[in-house]
Amino acid sequence: MRVVVDLTRCQGYGQCVFMAPEVFSMTGAEALAYDPEPSEAQRGHVLRAAAACPVQALHVDHVGAPEPDHEPGPHPAPDGDDFKRTGRIVIVGASLAGMRAAAVLRREGFAGSLTMIGDEPGEPYDRPPLSKQVLTGQVPARNTVLPPLAGLGAEWLCGVPATGLDLDRRRVRLADGRDIGFDRLLIATGTRARPWPDAAEAALDGVVTLRTAEDATRLRRRLTGAGRVLVIGAGFTGSEIASVCRHLGRPVTVAERGAAPLVGALGGVIGAVAADLQRAHGVDLRCGVSVTALEGDGGRLRRARLSDGDTIEVDLAVAALGAVRNVEWLEGSGLAAGPWGVACDAGCRVFDINGLVTDDVFAAGDVARLPHPVYEYQFLTLEHWGNAVAQAEVAAHNMVSGQTRRWPHLALPVFWSSQFGVDIKSVGVPTFADEVMITQGTVEEHRFVAVYGYRGRITAAVTFDQGMWLEFYQGLIEQAAPFPPEFRTVDRPEATSPVPAEVPDRVAASHGATVVVTGHDPAERRAWLVHRSR
Amino acid sequence: MTENRAFGRILDRANRADPYPLYAELRKTPVTLQEDGSYVVSTYREIVALLHDPRISSDRRNLDESFAAREPGVSGQPPAFIALDPPDHDRLRRLAMRHFGPPGTPDRVESMRPELAAIVTGLIDALAGRERADLVETVAYPFPVTVICRLLGVPREDEPKFHGWSTEIVETIGPGEDDMAERQRRRDRATGALGDYLGDLADARLGDPGDDLLSGLLAGGGEQGGMSRAEVVTTATLLLVAGHETTVNLIANGMLTLLRHPETLERLRHEPDLVYGTVEELLRYEPPVHFPATRVALDDITVGDTTIPRGAPIVLALAAGNRDPDYVSAPERFDPCREANQHLGFGGGIHYCFGAPLARLETQVALGELARRLRNPRAVADPPPYRPSSSLRGPRRLVVDFDGVRPTR
Repeated sequence: MRVVVDLTRCQGYGQCVFMAPEVFSMTGAEALAYDPEPSEAQRGHVLRAAAACPVQALHVDHVGAPEPDHEPGPHPAPDGDDFKRTGRIVIVGASLAGMRAAAVLRREGFAGSLTMIGDEPGEPYDRPPLSKQVLTGQVPARNTVLPPLAGLGAEWLCGVPATGLDLDRRRVRLADGRDIGFDRLLIATGTRARPWPDAAEAALDGVVTLRTAEDATRLRRRLTGAGRVLVIGAGFTGSEIASVCRHLGRPVTVAERGAAPLVGALGGVIGAVAADLQRAHGVDLRCGVSVTALEGDGGRLRRARLSDGDTIEVDLAVAALGAVRNVEWLEGSGLAAGPWGVACDAGCRVFDINGLVTDDVFAAGDVARLPHPVYEYQFLTLEHWGNAVAQAEVAAHNMVSGQTRRWPHLALPVFWSSQFGVDIKSVGVPTFADEVMITQGTVEEHRFVAVYGYRGRITAAVTFDQGMWLEFYQGLIEQAAPFPPEFRTVDRPEATSPVPAEVPDRVAASHGATVVVTGHDPAERRAWLVHRSR
Repeated sequence: MTENRAFGRILDRANRADPYPLYAELRKTPVTLQEDGSYVVSTYREIVALLHDPRISSDRRNLDESFAAREPGVSGQPPAFIALDPPDHDRLRRLAMRHFGPPGTPDRVESMRPELAAIVTGLIDALAGRERADLVETVAYPFPVTVICRLLGVPREDEPKFHGWSTEIVETIGPGEDDMAERQRRRDRATGALGDYLGDLADARLGDPGDDLLSGLLAGGGEQGGMSRAEVVTTATLLLVAGHETTVNLIANGMLTLLRHPETLERLRHEPDLVYGTVEELLRYEPPVHFPATRVALDDITVGDTTIPRGAPIVLALAAGNRDPDYVSAPERFDPCREANQHLGFGGGIHYCFGAPLARLETQVALGELARRLRNPRAVADPPPYRPSSSLRGPRRLVVDFDGVRPTR
């Protein structure tokens, strides 16, 4: 059987652990870990756990709301809606977002042909466990496969990447030369791990990245060794890997170019708390330090040279340098797709290269980039589990809905990470801030709520093991409540006041492509993408 | 604010048997100001929001001075964690949880399932040869009492000793500020007496620890530090009282509901797994706790078009929220197969019922076995007589006729 917990909803009540202690566990006060594919013998326990979940975040054999198996959904295609009855939809990216979109399309009564294209062989799987319970060895990577969507009536083309898109002819080209026609297209190709930039060093045995289930299996095998591990980059993935290393008792050095772990996501103030958390768990954390060279002999990694002049002996280095968006296949397609992602409107309709919105091409998940009204209409890419699900639902709905029935994707970004026994959750955009303030709890105990403000309004909140309060702060963000918050709360620190959030300047992902504009007459003025690195 | 007098009638004992039409009336005004100065919140979304609102305190010492009975009790005991805010609440609850559930002892409750089944089997066996029984007296009450005594390490034979104090505590809690001072004094006396009893028990256990919860509370929390003796006593008092006074109602309300829905009772005999959804639906439809302990606004809080002033008492009408048609479709229908049931039966937020997993397990076992073994049970009186409390609502007696008892498996 397959289990998915929507950890965006999970508030750490722990009721599932009581009911099924062999499937679910708490790794701290609030952080939940689980086996996504428990044995059939656990079915009774898991069903009891699902029934007991106070926020109904536990899904057995499906993701999101249960789908009808064969029946058309509650919105059967009206007789006049030819597209719903006979249209062709292609989803590129057999991922969480792609799967969710497919399910919603059927729920909304789409009865036409549905084709799913994915570059990885095998069934789509859930990624969050890969950097957690898979690396600790509690769960094999193959157990992270997402619940199958039986009865979807979709054609699956897995293990064949899409290599091109012809918008005029409405066809997706595949690597094996095939050509798939569509009436409407959903782009959900996601991201991949950014590789170590030096190709020769990256090829050393012992230099790895983590993004896929295969990566996780390989890294898990290597983590059973004894030597020091080097984690390059202390974002969420790097920090979670370091956490697993300490859980396994392995010595680990984390090299982070910025001033603190998680600084790119949470700013310097909360990053400093994360630094404290890492050091308290025995991580050799080096901030403001970059790795200048990875050296090996006989093709095996032996040591790393750091910008502070130090050299450390390591046989395993994990490059956790963030993500690269999978947009290469869209080159020349005429869509506004580049290293920054695939730009779309709030309804997930993709922009073409001129900034005109297309009618038949949609995007969702990690690859999509959309303007968010709450954040001054800035284009945001939200690489989070919850966003993949929510955005896919909006995209799928809009793909089969007329102009006046379309939904905007206005959900606030929410994400979580569990590391060093602490459950870190966030709502809003913490980097969209100039100040931050602790409103509840104690930083020293790694148990607190931090509220972020931008020009006098609340824009984000981050909790360390205080997830039950997050919804309250979400409400404040949605109401544009004033910052700093001045109301009295339980557990309010005695002396607390806003401090600069220390958000780093946004690093523009501009290298690789530039837009130029040509022509004079409105009918002939066009934008072009120029790829400088080629 | 429009005049809404439903709440006063809900508190009236005469309406104990069926307060639900009154809850529907109450929900027409999501927030009502009562004559005693407290604010009653009755709609689902608003209750959930307040349960997760850090501007709400569970510590009555934050009440405005105009409210009586805010002085610390005469029992000499500090408040239990149910009446405290973070960080004290979190610390004490975490220490108690170490010996009850995750992360420290995740399988403690689940591992009690066979033992619980054996207790229920014994209680139902004792009905053999009878054709009429009060199910409160014979099953719904003795079962959770036996369980909490074993778990906590309290001698079962002392039940007559603590029964009176426990009843007194239950009957003095609940909303209503006008007679709060008097009720508080009565409750403090009972709490003090029960605390003395448990304190003696704890002292004896100090030199001779067992694997029970009381020994666990005394042993402390390792790196997290431990509880003071006074904290052990108040925590044990809370767990003993809450550990059975609510479950007895859940089981009795549950059996009564099943007697009113014989088709579900019959299905349970053949589909034992249906009991899990049944118990969740009972927690929505006939919850054992209608009002949790009164909360206090720490600041002016605007709910809908009402501003609740700082220092005011807030009553959350959980049972009204559970039947809010804006939250659940066909709320007046009892549906054991209801999807995505996010009921308020155990409250929500940081004060979510500590003993919820045990209450669930006990009720699953009890209702499953009663459904399976009683032949053709019928309520002798419907509605049955109710206990006086409006907060912890349940039948005082549930007399049923039946055509004998089926043998155990």
